[in-house]
Amino acid sequence: MITLHANNRTIQAQEGETILSALKRAGISVPTLCHMESLLPDGACRLCVVEVEGQRGLIPSCSYPVSDGMKIQTHSPRALRARKTIVELLLANHPDDCLYCHRNDSCRLRALAAELGVQQRRFGGTPVDHKVDLSSPSIIRDPAKCILCGKCVRVCEEIQGVSAINFINRGSKTVVGTAFNEGLNVSSCVNCGQCVMICPTGALVERSQAEEIRAALADPERIAVIQHAPAVSVTLAEEFGLKPGQDVAGILNAALRRLGFKRVFDTSFSADLTIMEEASELAHRIRTGGPLPMFTSCSPAWVKFIEEFYPDFIDHVSTCKSPQQMLGAVIKSFYASRTGIDPARIYSVSVMPCLAKKFEASRPEMAPDGRPDIDAVITTRELAAMIRMQGIDFNSLEPEEADHPFGERSSAGKLFGATGGVMEAALRTAHFLLTGRELDPPKVTALRGLTGIKTATVRIGDLDVNVAVASGLANARQILDDIRSGERQLHFVEIMSCPGGCIAGGGQPYQTDPDRLRARMAALYEIDRQAPVQTSHRNEEVARLYEEFLGEPLGERSHELLHTHYHHRDVMQ
Amino acid sequence: MKATNSTPVFHPTVQTPAAGGAIAPWLADRLNDSLPRLRRDLVAQPVVYVGAGTCGLGAGAKKTAQAVRDYCREHQFTADLVEVGCIGMCSAEPLLDVQMPGRTRISFTHVTADCVPAILDAIRNDQIPENGWLGQFRHPEHRPYAGVPFIDEHPFFAPQTRWVLANCGRIDPTRIEEYIARGGYTALVQALNCKTPVEVITEVELSGLRGRGGGGFPTGRKWRLARQNEGSQKYLICNADEGDPGAFMDRAVIEGDPHRLLEGMALAAYAIGASKAYVYIRAEYPLAIERLKRAIQQAEEWGLLGRNILDSGFNLTVVIKQGAGAFVCGEETALIHSIEGKRGMPRPRPPYPAQSGLFGKPTVINNVETLANIPPLVANGAAWFNAVGTDSSKGTKVFALSGKVTNTGLIEVAMGTSMRRIIFDLGGGTPGGKQYKAVQIGGPSGGCIPEQHLDIQVDYESLKTVGAMMGSGGLVVMDEDTCMVDVAKFFMDFIQRESCGKCIPCREGTKRMLEILEAITRGRGQETGNQTLERFKGVMHLAELAEVIRDTSLCGLGQTAPNPVISTLRWFRHEYESHIFDRRCPSKVCSGLLEYRIDAERCKGCTLCAKKCPAGAIMGVAKSPHYVINDKCIGCGTCVEVCRFQAVAVV
Amino acid sequence: MNDVDSILRSFPDAKRDSLIPILQAVQESQGFLSREAVVRISRHLKMPASKIYGVATFYNQFRFQAKGRYHIMLCRGTACHVKGSAKLQEIICKQLKIQPGQTTRDGFFSLEVVACIGACGLAPVISINGEFYSSMTPDKVSALLDNFKQKATSHEGN
Repeated sequence: MITLHANNRTIQAQEGETILSALKRAGISVPTLCHMESLLPDGACRLCVVEVEGQRGLIPSCSYPVSDGMKIQTHSPRALRARKTIVELLLANHPDDCLYCHRNDSCRLRALAAELGVQQRRFGGTPVDHKVDLSSPSIIRDPAKCILCGKCVRVCEEIQGVSAINFINRGSKTVVGTAFNEGLNVSSCVNCGQCVMICPTGALVERSQAEEIRAALADPERIAVIQHAPAVSVTLAEEFGLKPGQDVAGILNAALRRLGFKRVFDTSFSADLTIMEEASELAHRIRTGGPLPMFTSCSPAWVKFIEEFYPDFIDHVSTCKSPQQMLGAVIKSFYASRTGIDPARIYSVSVMPCLAKKFEASRPEMAPDGRPDIDAVITTRELAAMIRMQGIDFNSLEPEEADHPFGERSSAGKLFGATGGVMEAALRTAHFLLTGRELDPPKVTALRGLTGIKTATVRIGDLDVNVAVASGLANARQILDDIRSGERQLHFVEIMSCPGGCIAGGGQPYQTDPDRLRARMAALYEIDRQAPVQTSHRNEEVARLYEEFLGEPLGERSHELLHTHYHHRDVMQ
Repeated sequence: MKATNSTPVFHPTVQTPAAGGAIAPWLADRLNDSLPRLRRDLVAQPVVYVGAGTCGLGAGAKKTAQAVRDYCREHQFTADLVEVGCIGMCSAEPLLDVQMPGRTRISFTHVTADCVPAILDAIRNDQIPENGWLGQFRHPEHRPYAGVPFIDEHPFFAPQTRWVLANCGRIDPTRIEEYIARGGYTALVQALNCKTPVEVITEVELSGLRGRGGGGFPTGRKWRLARQNEGSQKYLICNADEGDPGAFMDRAVIEGDPHRLLEGMALAAYAIGASKAYVYIRAEYPLAIERLKRAIQQAEEWGLLGRNILDSGFNLTVVIKQGAGAFVCGEETALIHSIEGKRGMPRPRPPYPAQSGLFGKPTVINNVETLANIPPLVANGAAWFNAVGTDSSKGTKVFALSGKVTNTGLIEVAMGTSMRRIIFDLGGGTPGGKQYKAVQIGGPSGGCIPEQHLDIQVDYESLKTVGAMMGSGGLVVMDEDTCMVDVAKFFMDFIQRESCGKCIPCREGTKRMLEILEAITRGRGQETGNQTLERFKGVMHLAELAEVIRDTSLCGLGQTAPNPVISTLRWFRHEYESHIFDRRCPSKVCSGLLEYRIDAERCKGCTLCAKKCPAGAIMGVAKSPHYVINDKCIGCGTCVEVCRFQAVAVV
Repeated sequence: MNDVDSILRSFPDAKRDSLIPILQAVQESQGFLSREAVVRISRHLKMPASKIYGVATFYNQFRFQAKGRYHIMLCRGTACHVKGSAKLQEIICKQLKIQPGQTTRDGFFSLEVVACIGACGLAPVISINGEFYSSMTPDKVSALLDNFKQKATSHEGN
């Protein structure tokens, strides 16, 4: 332990750590912009500069190592003036349309300007003509608002292993863009939206379909129905000022009805449905020597990732659609025919924690006869905005049930929201399908938690089933490379694109610190702990669906409605 | 100040005079000719030297060389044609020297192809052409020509102390034997045979040699830090990026004496324990790259590079990496990233390269000139080296003189020489009877020195006292016709275009500073009311911006970016005020603030100016007075040039 | 593309630090960096194309448009600036209607602004296809461009 003097206080620090981390532990907060907790410091924004006695210039606390006896002033007039000037320099180039900007209530730049007391525009800049990139169904890029902090580039490269975007050109001509500065939709972007989550300004935002949905809701000719994903109900409350980790599924159902949706379904139901199909598929492959390991397919960014980067593994991916799409398919077939509604009148929406789901819904495979099974996808954030716009007082709603026949769910379906959840759910049902007995205990602890790569071996009958779970696509790459090289022998692999799983998806509320994520996860695990039905194969509504309509898992009708295929995507990698 | 010339400017034989000019036996045994012949102390037949460095070639040296070949063929004149590097007198290029057997080598200036026959005719007949000679090289065994001064007495050369440039313009840079015959590689052989790496480092530390790239960091200390860092793999990088506009010292050394650099690198690599060395050289130096490639090949053939050099167990591979056009890659960590195949953007330090550099290994980066100082330093010893120079700065410095000065070119003087001496004695002062105004030293990171400080001695510390810095050695002289605000704008524009863009203060801050400078030099008619207000406010912000940029930028480029502005503001504040408040450019440079007016009385309506005007800004009917449309005028001055009646005035 | 492939073959087992030499070799051979070339380099080095494009656009040297028949290099070093190269740049850009880094539509001219050619004694300097023209004035530059334009169009006629 070494001693530092910060702001005339004595604080302790560890050998080799940075000034910033020592200050943080001591409760002294220095603003940062380009800093990313889990990654090496870039030293780019210079916002975190502090005064260190004996040094000529100001020192970037994010990257400078501590030394014994160091004397630091974090908020001296010189340091404050430097920070203020830096923010003013950014503002000089920045568009003035804060009032209309998508991020006006969460923009980091605006918050910094307020914190540092910027009250006037001292520097007039020269605006540059930037074209907004509207090519992607999930993400809108507005380079005019970009402050070149580099976080999107780093997240895409270092955490997601995709590297669809990078810095282009040099100096003040630098922009963030794809290879040859083309639209996102022709690049290797997988639509995961982690860049949107990490962007401090409105340079990267989601593509919103809220307008279209409102129009559909107001259209008497159309029957608007909606489903909501497992991760949404444990996160939505945060948008209304409540503490993270509360499950508000009932209130969510009520709110959706207030918005005007005729039917509110639970995607956790179709998660159970997915498990029936997928566990059956796994069992089938194990029995007949089909391509193993099998990979889950509910994360659309992950599917796109494999199609682009590892097409040789396409055969391994489960042919099951995601819960969103399965439900979309049965709504416009089973539900439509049951209720006598013309499927063409049904406007099917989903609330997702995910940006890639917008892309998934637009895949040609998900539109039989040219009519999309899912018409629109909104994110948790978009939903919160819609609820506010309709003047609905979220906190005073009484919880309601989701609608039949797609409202009942087991807690296994709910676990889909967290990394490792799909695997747990699948193992419970696979065990039953293969042995006729329940997995006991149903909880597979090794697969829970925020760790990027988790492995487990589960005994199913006489078989040791090796499974792996990864979240974050760079971790997925590692698993794939290990499988290719023969280092890992696996039967089943779950991949979620977003680190931590859907609870940290690209459409979730912007704050994603680990404590918050753990709280969201804990809510899901608590539901599982208390649930009366913990396995997908005991979901009675699912059983009835098979009985009355689908026939059996992997059967002909199931295949037609609930399964899909993939293809190699030739993009500039 | 001890700026003594203990060695003659052009030593006739060797680069290691203190060592008595001895050649290591291992090398001497392998030479294929006698020392006097390799040194051209003794020539069997006439030798014609043509200065064929890049500036020589730019002036037509290729044609000159061809003319020599043609002459020899036509007149059956058997002579050796040697293409040498740059001796430094670039304003006199193409340079041609003739050395007849037994006679001194005599040098001629401005020898274009057509001048060749007359010169060769005369010399062959033991006559000197009336004019065009520069001087003759003094040599104890060569009979001088009457009536021709000695080059070492020429005002351009006399005050020089040529250590780094000793061989440039003298030897054939493509023949390793010539380098060896003058003492080259002896220091390396001796070091490998009887000095330990630490002894070499100590010698360099004691010498006081400081980095010549501009940083001025003590070279020996840098080497010691690298040596102390553990690691089985270490790297040496020679920074030959030479990005400062107006600097071409490194280029001349590599073109004219590449083996000197290689020997310096080998000694450095030996000292720090590196087995691989990179030369990072800018792609805009194709001739230098070619010469270096060849030199590396030759050194490898001789066993002076490669595996187990001289059976010492020391290995060294030298690889050339071409820069791709980015000034910022002259910065150490940016350079490292460029070699690694990344965008050339610097990173925070610590860790410093000596600790963790290229590919994460301990790395030493030295400038070309620094390394070129090493062979004589190691051969002659620290005491010899630090006998020259000042207390803070030992040894010599190579400068590239350009701009409004009579003798443009390369010079090497002892540290501590006064700026006045450099510009007015060596440089020959400002031509055309114009008044000296300032000299820019240190390129875009440096400052200017006005008339009142011309007597400053040139060394690392003294320059800082007047707000300037040594830089890499580019000196650009400016006269009364140079606008200092325009100069500041030029440098800020350069920095803006070369800024890597990583950190906000440099990327955005220099842009704002440039905008303010542009506002100051912009024309009246091109400004809105709002912009006028901005202009006044802008000046107040210049100083504050400069401080923040200096305090917070990530690397040296940003930290020194405001220097030219600060320096010109300090010494030429009146020019700024004239631009801002009077809306006048006193030096008549800033075209936005100039008006070109045609005197109706003098104009004969010949239409020549209107025809020549590239912007179509002159209107008029033939035989009637013409007039200038100032909104279209770009201020190129062509009309002033072409008018036969002096009817165009600049107001 | 055969040339590109043979260049890549001469860099077997190449890693990232070969990227810039490869880009330089490809540009040397093809005159510029095409999309297809970047794709191949990306596969060879197993590096994302966005990164390669990011590296290439960082440096002045790399072009993504083919050079013109006459490639003009204008020196904007300090010495040349002090002797008036800014005006030369204005003239060239105005007359050819291109910016530095671009090629004229007819493919005759391309312009590159270089920080310093190193022939400061002869400032201001421009070079066309490697041939130096020293002590240039706006007038001379304009005439030189006209000259080359004539040459180019008369070739076209043949």
